[in-house]
Amino acid sequence: MRFRIFRYDPDKDEKPAMRDYEVVLDPHDRMLLDALVRIKEQDDSLSLRRSCREGVCGSDAMNINGKNGLACITKLSDLKEPVELRPLPGLPVIRDLIVDMTQFFKQYHSIKPYLINADPPPEKERLQSPEERDELDGLYECILCACCSTSCPSFWWNPDKFVGPAGLLQAYRFIADSRDQATAERLDDLEDPYRLFRCHTIMNCVDACPKNLNPTRAIGKIKELMVKRSV
Amino acid sequence: MAVARRSFDAVVVGAGGAGLRAALQLSEAGLSVAVLSKVFPTRSHTVAAQGGIGAALGNMGEDSWLWHMYDTVKGSDWLGDQDAIEFMVREAPKLVYELEHFGMPFDRNENGTVYQRPFGGHSQNFGERPVQRSCCAADRTGHAMLHTLYQRNVRARTQFFVEWMALDLLRDASGQVLGVTALEMETGEVMVLHARATLFATGGAGRIFSSTTNAYICTGDGLGMAARAGIPLEDMEFWQFHPTGVAGAGVLITEGVRGEGGYLLNKGGERFMERYAPNLKDLASRDVVSRAMATEIKEGRGAGPRGDYLLLKLDHLGPEVIEKRLPGIREIAKKFADIDPVKDPIPVVPTVHYMMGGIPTNYRGEVVVPAFSNGRSDPEAVVPGFYAAGECACASVHGANRLGTNSLTDLLVFGKAAAESIIKFLQENPGRKDLPKDAAERTEARLARLDGQTNGESVAEVGMEIRRTMQAHCGVFRFPDMLAKGVKKIREIADRASRTQVKDKSRVFNTARIEALELDNLIEAARASMVSAEARRESRGAHDRADHHSRDDSNWLKHTLWYKDGDRLEYKPVHMKPLTARTIEPKVRTY
Ligand SMILES: Cc1cc2nc3c(=O)[nH]c(=O)nc-3n(C[C@H](O)[C@H](O)[C@H](O)COP(=O)(O)OP(=O)(O)OC[C@H]3O[C@@H](n4cnc5c(N)ncnc54)[C@H](O)[C@@H]3O)c2cc1C
Ligand code: SF4
Ligand code: SF4
Ligand code: FES
Repeated sequence: MRFRIFRYDPDKDEKPAMRDYEVVLDPHDRMLLDALVRIKEQDDSLSLRRSCREGVCGSDAMNINGKNGLACITKLSDLKEPVELRPLPGLPVIRDLIVDMTQFFKQYHSIKPYLINADPPPEKERLQSPEERDELDGLYECILCACCSTSCPSFWWNPDKFVGPAGLLQAYRFIADSRDQATAERLDDLEDPYRLFRCHTIMNCVDACPKNLNPTRAIGKIKELMVKRSV
Repeated sequence: MAVARRSFDAVVVGAGGAGLRAALQLSEAGLSVAVLSKVFPTRSHTVAAQGGIGAALGNMGEDSWLWHMYDTVKGSDWLGDQDAIEFMVREAPKLVYELEHFGMPFDRNENGTVYQRPFGGHSQNFGERPVQRSCCAADRTGHAMLHTLYQRNVRARTQFFVEWMALDLLRDASGQVLGVTALEMETGEVMVLHARATLFATGGAGRIFSSTTNAYICTGDGLGMAARAGIPLEDMEFWQFHPTGVAGAGVLITEGVRGEGGYLLNKGGERFMERYAPNLKDLASRDVVSRAMATEIKEGRGAGPRGDYLLLKLDHLGPEVIEKRLPGIREIAKKFADIDPVKDPIPVVPTVHYMMGGIPTNYRGEVVVPAFSNGRSDPEAVVPGFYAAGECACASVHGANRLGTNSLTDLLVFGKAAAESIIKFLQENPGRKDLPKDAAERTEARLARLDGQTNGESVAEVGMEIRRTMQAHCGVFRFPDMLAKGVKKIREIADRASRTQVKDKSRVFNTARIEALELDNLIEAARASMVSAEARRESRGAHDRADHHSRDDSNWLKHTLWYKDGDRLEYKPVHMKPLTARTIEPKVRTY
């Protein structure tokens, strides 16, 4: 199978280049990550992140034939050859397929991604009805892979100011939690021309999310809450 | 080479469930802590845990820590230390409630309490009938738990060293542990992290086998670092094969599927577990189910064109239950087995899953080793400054076979306990001991060797040899001649591992170098496992020998300790005395 992979090692390369690879696959090689591991057996200098190989850790997000996705759950049989692989767009490249995620995590951290509840906790669990718990479905499952934010034009232009779809999805995850008491504070924080309102509902993020989550819907809900509280 | 140094009160190596729970305790105590991880914390393999956390909350019916304790001791085939087990099951409910208070999105019952599902080996009233004890968030419990703990650490402003790989453990002449050397992946720079207390929470080593549910990063680094620094490894012959890995892919299908009512079939459509475990059936302990499956396959009742897997049926649960409680499983089955479990059964095989052994600790998370002082020998002398928790540690609560859900419990309980021990140690020992001058020597030698090596074998090749050998010689069923050959082979491979070559010489994010450094750890974990397995002449829990079919309490009710130095073994007694409860006396184990 044929691949064209973005290669750049700041230690020795002046500028990035695409390199061609041809590998013979084993019948067990099912996913793109399997093929990349095989390529690395030939050329140990190819650098990428990977860990769980089952789509839950969020390590191996990359741009695959022009679309962001996770190598470990992208089937080889679904890919057009030569398979073109590039690092996630919009973030600085450290080396090859490895990008610097600092800005992405900064935005995640900026939304106070933890439950805020000032009441002294009860002896046992805080109660939550199954319906209230259902509100968290489609939100808490995010694996912080950055496929969404790095496909969002608004994030490319303002990665330091716009929270981006991943961070906003998590902001809503806490707003939606019946146990969280900081909704007003969270909304205040986002009521800003950049932090939330750079989202122009382009929907790239929904398309890119390998976990089938819908950041646009969460962003819509946050906007709704803002409108509601202003009337 | 002058190696830079930084000093901390405590260094935590690992940011999975155990490392994050410990880090939280240490940060909130106001200590200066460095938490190192090879990957961003939420990418640690705890994220993959599916089924749940074991704790006798009694939300679904009567339950008691005594029953949880009994199940765990029985599950361990009596090799678990009963003091540690009592400690764990009694702490468990408190720590689950605490996790809920931190914001963990547990599934809920109508009355608002945490939903609990049945799991293998967990029972009511000392083995009478299954109990619902596993606290879960759909089939993404590990993900929910790891993210919640990370979030809580963000709140506590814990200091993380992300994509830093610890390379070697530092000890002074007296044996006290004083920190680690570590490599910053992005720059390739090595640093000495000088610490008054060091905690290992580096997770498992499932990557010594070819077919495993473990992530690429589960390379037993903590074990390798400890072994190289003279610390023995405990009970490494005990490897859990999970009954339901996706055939061919290794990806896990949680036991929660059987907890929710799924069951196993052979090629004739027979629910064969009824024959092997008439009482708990498909919810018998994992070693029992995996052996039953291997027997079915061996005797020609496996399914599929080559008869090499069995079928996990769950379509009768209905699409609602599957979507609500097992959505991740459906996703995995579709992606890795090309089937939709709402309609068809999933092809599964026993797959290496969990390491019961590890760095020997007591139930306070302190690392303990045999020592000789004042003319007396102490099998469990505390190594000052050194702590371990989670899968890399052996407390031992899992003994010869771990019950499902008891690992996540272990991470919470012993992550916290180890941190509390550290806090106490730092209070009682306010000073900071100096590092020996040559502290970084071993690390520098390893790196220099890699940089200079020419004409060596590739890391990938040697790694493959380790995995093939472990899989073939140290599997579900173990044979004396195969084990003996396995020991010989693994020793030869160890030799080859010391001559590997890395072509990539870049300083920036050199993953080839990282894999080579991991290989040094894989080989120690593999050698410890094979040598310990060859020597144990009985069958207990996950260790099943063809020449000694039963458990032999008069000779083998003891823990193995493997030393890298001399590749030799020692043994130490099992703690049969719980903290307050009555001893659960060994008896024949049936389900
Ligand atoms: C697929 C799967 C499902 C499971 N489901 C369940 C379940 O439902 N219930 C249950 O109880 N158990 C379950 N288990 C077992 C349980 O998840 C693990 O035993 C547990 O999560 C291990 O946690 P840990 O904190 O010890 O290590 P890990 O979560 O593996 O974390 C190890 C950490 O150490 C770091 N690290 C390792 N080496 C180094 C180094 N050299 N330098 C720096 N950092 C390093 C890693 O980066 C990582 O942060 C499951 C296991 C698997 C594989
Ligand atoms: S919908 Fe908003 S967040 Fe999503 S890609 Fe578009 S602009 Fe970005
Ligand atoms: S929302 Fe989806 S794409 Fe975005 S970070 Fe989370 S899992 Fe990845
Ligand atoms: S390797 Fe974990 S998401 Fe792909």
